[in-house]
Amino acid sequence: MKEEKEYIATRNACKLCNPLGACLAYKGIKGCVPLIHGSQGCSTYIRRYMISHFREPVDIASSNFTEESTIFGGRQNCHQAVGNIIKQYNPEIIAAATTCLSETIGDDIEKYLKEYKAEFPDAPDFIYANTPSYQGTHADGFHEAVAATVRSLAKRTKKNTHINLFPGMYSPADLRYLKRVMDNYKTNYVLLPDYSETLDGSSWSEYKKIPDGGTSKEAIITTADAQASIEFGAIFNKAGGSTNKNGRSKETAASYLETTFGVPALRLPWPVGVEATDLFFKTLSEVTGVEKPDEYVKERGRLIDAYADGHKYVFGKKAVIYGEEDLVLSIYRFLNEIGVDTILIASGGKSGALASEIEKLTMGEMKMPEIIDNADFEEIAARSRELKPDIMIGHSKGYYIARELNIPLVRIGFPIHDRLGGQRLLHIGYEGTNDLFEKIVNAFIEKNQESSEVGYKYM
Amino acid sequence: MDKMKNIKTELPDPSALKEEILKRYPRKIAKKREKSIVINDPDAIPEVQANVRTIPGIITQRGCTYAGCKGVILGPSRDIVNIVHGPIGCSFYAWLTRRNQTQPPTPDSPNFMTYCFSTDMQDSNIVFGGEQKLRQAIKEAYELFHPYSISVFSTCPVGLIGDDIHAACREMKAELGINIFGFSCEGYKGVSQSAGHHIANNRVFTDVVGRKTDKGRLGKFQVNLMGEYNIGGDAFVIEKYFKEMGITLLASFSGNSTIESYEYSQDADVNMVMCHRSINYIAEMMEKKYGIPWFKVNFIGANSSAKSLRKLAEYFGDKELIEKTELLIEREMARVKAVADRVRPKVEGKRAMLFVGGSRAHHYQELFNELGIETLSAGYEFGHRDDYEGRHVIPTIKVDADSRNIEELTVVKSETLFKPELQDKKLLLEQKGFKFEHYEGMMPTMKKNSLVIDDINHWETEKIIEMMKPDLFCAGIKEKYVVQKHGIPLKQLHSYDYGGPYAGFEGAINFYLEMERMLACDIWKMVDAPWKHEPSIMGSMVYE
Repeated sequence: MKEEKEYIATRNACKLCNPLGACLAYKGIKGCVPLIHGSQGCSTYIRRYMISHFREPVDIASSNFTEESTIFGGRQNCHQAVGNIIKQYNPEIIAAATTCLSETIGDDIEKYLKEYKAEFPDAPDFIYANTPSYQGTHADGFHEAVAATVRSLAKRTKKNTHINLFPGMYSPADLRYLKRVMDNYKTNYVLLPDYSETLDGSSWSEYKKIPDGGTSKEAIITTADAQASIEFGAIFNKAGGSTNKNGRSKETAASYLETTFGVPALRLPWPVGVEATDLFFKTLSEVTGVEKPDEYVKERGRLIDAYADGHKYVFGKKAVIYGEEDLVLSIYRFLNEIGVDTILIASGGKSGALASEIEKLTMGEMKMPEIIDNADFEEIAARSRELKPDIMIGHSKGYYIARELNIPLVRIGFPIHDRLGGQRLLHIGYEGTNDLFEKIVNAFIEKNQESSEVGYKYM
Repeated sequence: MDKMKNIKTELPDPSALKEEILKRYPRKIAKKREKSIVINDPDAIPEVQANVRTIPGIITQRGCTYAGCKGVILGPSRDIVNIVHGPIGCSFYAWLTRRNQTQPPTPDSPNFMTYCFSTDMQDSNIVFGGEQKLRQAIKEAYELFHPYSISVFSTCPVGLIGDDIHAACREMKAELGINIFGFSCEGYKGVSQSAGHHIANNRVFTDVVGRKTDKGRLGKFQVNLMGEYNIGGDAFVIEKYFKEMGITLLASFSGNSTIESYEYSQDADVNMVMCHRSINYIAEMMEKKYGIPWFKVNFIGANSSAKSLRKLAEYFGDKELIEKTELLIEREMARVKAVADRVRPKVEGKRAMLFVGGSRAHHYQELFNELGIETLSAGYEFGHRDDYEGRHVIPTIKVDADSRNIEELTVVKSETLFKPELQDKKLLLEQKGFKFEHYEGMMPTMKKNSLVIDDINHWETEKIIEMMKPDLFCAGIKEKYVVQKHGIPLKQLHSYDYGGPYAGFEGAINFYLEMERMLACDIWKMVDAPWKHEPSIMGSMVYE
């Protein structure tokens, strides 16, 4: 069902690169400075991109490869960078992500960091993830970095102390929602990563080199002691996945903890929509033995109420959705629930699992939507022109298509750099679903209102 | 009051601050950074260490060679499809991020600037090579758009796996019959985006300029404007003035431009250079090959805009042109003055810092001078010594390994296209004191004791803010939220905070109003900064 002509080139990419995702995850670790092992442009570009979305300081160090490092290897640059980060930031953790450059020359970052630690035992802890840009996407880098963090630090000391939560590429607002839920369940938990404060902080009375917040090293160590891990998603780092000599390919943090320490891994869909959020709360209640707090019973009630109020505006509308594979899966599921017809699902990811995951959600009853994985925006544009959607849902980069088709774009995901507050979009849980639902409904109402000649005030 | 007067002519000595900054560095680094942090003396310009490698692990604001080549120089041309050969990130990150504007003459005229085209290399391309994929991508770009030109940019892995992009370009050029050329601008080459500018200049000079020789004269006064990138619509403002004066702009390198126009840019009577750093190479090469003289202009600031337009009119020496120019300046200056008179009392005496680019940290000081805003400290991200100290230092600049990596072209005089009459004109004008090939640099125009810092990093930024407490900081988005967390407004001078234009007379007015808004804004009073209620450690530095 793709365009007739298959293009070799990627035209208007619908994905970012692997190390960006890793840096995002690393920003959710307390006292951590990310280090990109490669050319300085990678760190500058990635900072630039993250900052335009989060509107917060984002410090990412670089090992600043030179022509010589590409020939003789980046050991010296890596060690120098580590030394300087320690001097300037005094971090608890330095978390490295590799690049296409260092991976192409076969630099062994693990070895370099071990050497440093051997020479300076007082150095902070190191984490590293293999994230060459020529593999996977930023989503793969994100999950690879979370897995790498757990692999580096988790150690078993006790048993069943808490629950681990491994979110998807959520917004800081989403992460705060998850934390509130856990607090309301009066349950101990470790949320990794947690960039809810580091990438969405308040104004400070004194400048902080490393912003407050993030998952602490101590907490990450205890992930091995958890009673269970809940990870949200279905795709994770399937397409990236380290293919390093240890053969730990495509492993998530939760699956690593399960195989290594016997911590049961519970894999849940993103809690977007009533059904998926119900499943999250049901699972949480089963694991903790705590009944769903009344607050969420009411929140759910309000969401159903909103669905009933808004149904007339959205039913039967046709949507194109795009973004990371796990994001589009969750949005597809939610749109089914509210009666919006998803006619095209596109993702720059290429895990190969998107279609089969979508198929599971149709439960053999619904018509399969058109799916493009490894997609770029020109493919999305070409198909959209034909399919004539009423709405697009995704991040800022698809704006030009919505503009051409003269349909609303509801912004969600990363990056959002043409609206204020992209970092604070809540879209999980009953509350987040409600926010998202209202945005979609209002987009339709606004479109109708603005295209009406009368200027109705009741819509 | 005495103190205030003193500040008007010179700033307090910042030696203690410099020491404080250096103190925290390991000895080796302190030694290196010491040479890049310089206390200015306009009467005896000290040497600044610039265009040297950034130290790993220090958070720099610099970008890479690819960024300078693709993003800066070639990015703003609209009739060329730029193919980024490499993994996806580099292409995505340079996708319309500099906010250069362009105005195709008709709605159907080509504009590929909104397009992000990449070979999106995968594992297999790294292992088996990506040349075949590149050829295919070039073909696709051609079939899709039939563009005027196609160019190819190498990213880091390309140089390492040995793909010969130039061979691929040559082959495809022969096959498709349009101009196709490549840039070996791998990110790790050179010390900053500056290397990418040079690489871009070289290739545009060898593969584009001078391809079209049958254009004939398009106007009485033919010029090229170089190093103006049309951020926020700056070039539109300048073009309007040229039009009014009767100046024919052949090509603009590279704001609001086409590659096609570069091909006959050798027909110009003179080249004007705006951003000296990014484009002086091509101006020099064009003089050698075609005899076109060049002089430096600056259209940032009302006074410097007037000066630059006058200089242009003087170059041609045409009475009617001079009259038109004077009329334009008189009319525009009256408008500028009305706004300046209103804004100036509100912002006068405020203190600014500028750390940006390879020319803007200098040019924008003009606007600040016009408002009575004082520049405490400034520096470039990727400037060279000549941008700081003036072009006369060029022969004394040490050529290091990084500079040697970038090819210096040997340029010979064109037998058919060299215009000796322009060189004669240049000689005559020079005798009258007209300055060609001249750039005095940033430092002679800055006050004594202002602090000049090249490639300023995060730590130094924090320190100078904490100790000098400026009212305004000018840099880019990477610094924006760091500085604003300190309770100090930051004006982005790369993207203009999506505002502008700031060039020319109307640009000056826009900027004055922007300063009025930023410096009078109450929100910063709500942000708590330690020095607002505690004496700072270096309170005795008399910056208050």
